[in-house]
Amino acid sequence: MLSKRIIPCLDVRDGRLTKGIKFKENVDIGDPVQAARAYYEQGADEIVFYDITASAEARAIMLDVVKRVAETIFIPFSVGGGIRTVDDMRQVILAGAEKVSVNSEAVKNPGVIRDGARAFGSQCIVLGMDVKKVLASREIPSGYEMVIHGGRTFTGLDALRWAKEAERLGAGEICLNSIDADGTRDGYELDLTALISSHVGIPVIASGGAGKPEHLLDVLTRGKADAALIASMVHYRTHTIPEIKNFLHDHGVKTRLQW
Amino acid sequence: MIGIVDYRAGNLTSVARALESLNEPCMITNDSRLLDDASHIIFPGVGAAGAAMANLRESGLDGHLKKWVQNGKPVLGICLGTQVIFDRSEEDDTPCLGIVPGVVKRFPADLREGEQRLKIPHMGWNRVAFRKNHPVFAGIPEDAEFYFVHSYYPAPADETWAAGWTDYGIRFCSAVARGNLVAVQFHPEKSGRPGLILLANFCRWGGSDAQ
Repeated sequence: MLSKRIIPCLDVRDGRLTKGIKFKENVDIGDPVQAARAYYEQGADEIVFYDITASAEARAIMLDVVKRVAETIFIPFSVGGGIRTVDDMRQVILAGAEKVSVNSEAVKNPGVIRDGARAFGSQCIVLGMDVKKVLASREIPSGYEMVIHGGRTFTGLDALRWAKEAERLGAGEICLNSIDADGTRDGYELDLTALISSHVGIPVIASGGAGKPEHLLDVLTRGKADAALIASMVHYRTHTIPEIKNFLHDHGVKTRLQW
Repeated sequence: MIGIVDYRAGNLTSVARALESLNEPCMITNDSRLLDDASHIIFPGVGAAGAAMANLRESGLDGHLKKWVQNGKPVLGICLGTQVIFDRSEEDDTPCLGIVPGVVKRFPADLREGEQRLKIPHMGWNRVAFRKNHPVFAGIPEDAEFYFVHSYYPAPADETWAAGWTDYGIRFCSAVARGNLVAVQFHPEKSGRPGLILLANFCRWGGSDAQ
């Protein structure tokens, strides 16, 4: 039986680590390579890097970070932020990442999912989804709308419809972020996570709102998530990965306890 | 020197980086003469079986792989590399190398564990019940987990080839071993410490499955 995956998310700006709180006030907390190594040693099952700047100069810096991370940790990791083309994907994969994640870019150009999956295999392509709860309407029947630009722009795209479409195009996994829950530390958006996870055949990583181990238990059971993204709760040492894993294990969720 | 076979099936640098971390000299190459001189062969790969077999045939590496296995050189297959050493894969209905008798099958669409419908691909960390006393699996903790990502699984015709079993709705063969050949469905290079133990064991292995 598969273990539920616990995945720390590291936001990177200009080659340094930040943690966005409600997406705006970022606090610099250090070197991403060192942080990745520390989480690897603490039993992270995977690591997600999100390149916040993604300007041309920052991209070169990020590729260097990816190379050094790949030499340092021996678990899968993904890189997202500003990946627009198959060539962007290729650079990140050749630098050593297992997976690339596309978000706003895929909303604007869904073909990049298909092209990426053809070039590298579906297992390499993660669809990042930023979602906000809205009133259900004919246009947004699920009551969850895709937003881009860190939640500033509504797209008119129904989140559930988009998740299914992305799976059809070849996405191998979905990283589902609730903009409403993100940064609150009040728990994941369970209804949204369960809705998407039960309607697609690919794994769903829940993101946004983790503040304590109980929140992960909720989203991995009632929320039907296959994996849970965590950030500030471990970045600020409020909790540790072994503590979270032991808590989940004690509550009947299978996690990887030996590493 | 460990030779990593490059047949354009995905990014092979992660295997090389894992070996470098173990201070094992290695090369990634499609040159069969260089690989002939390697002490050990690693045959990795991700992607689709059809494209992988086409690349192997076109480059002539298919014949060399069979030769290295027959000549007693230690060979380690990983993921797609493991799948294409079987007779055939259900993926694109592809005839494969025929080194291990059996077929590579697709996970059934209605895979379940109790009430829960399981997702395909089988992606993430899972346990492997290894055959006891094989030198390549020595020192791996009993409850260690390995990183998998695949939609097809090996089904050896003769179960004496099986050297590891994993549960995912069904019980499938996640490792095969005979003589100088070991092949695994998971990614030891992405499986943390237990994976590095396996790779280190392989690099020091003489190619005999007797303990």
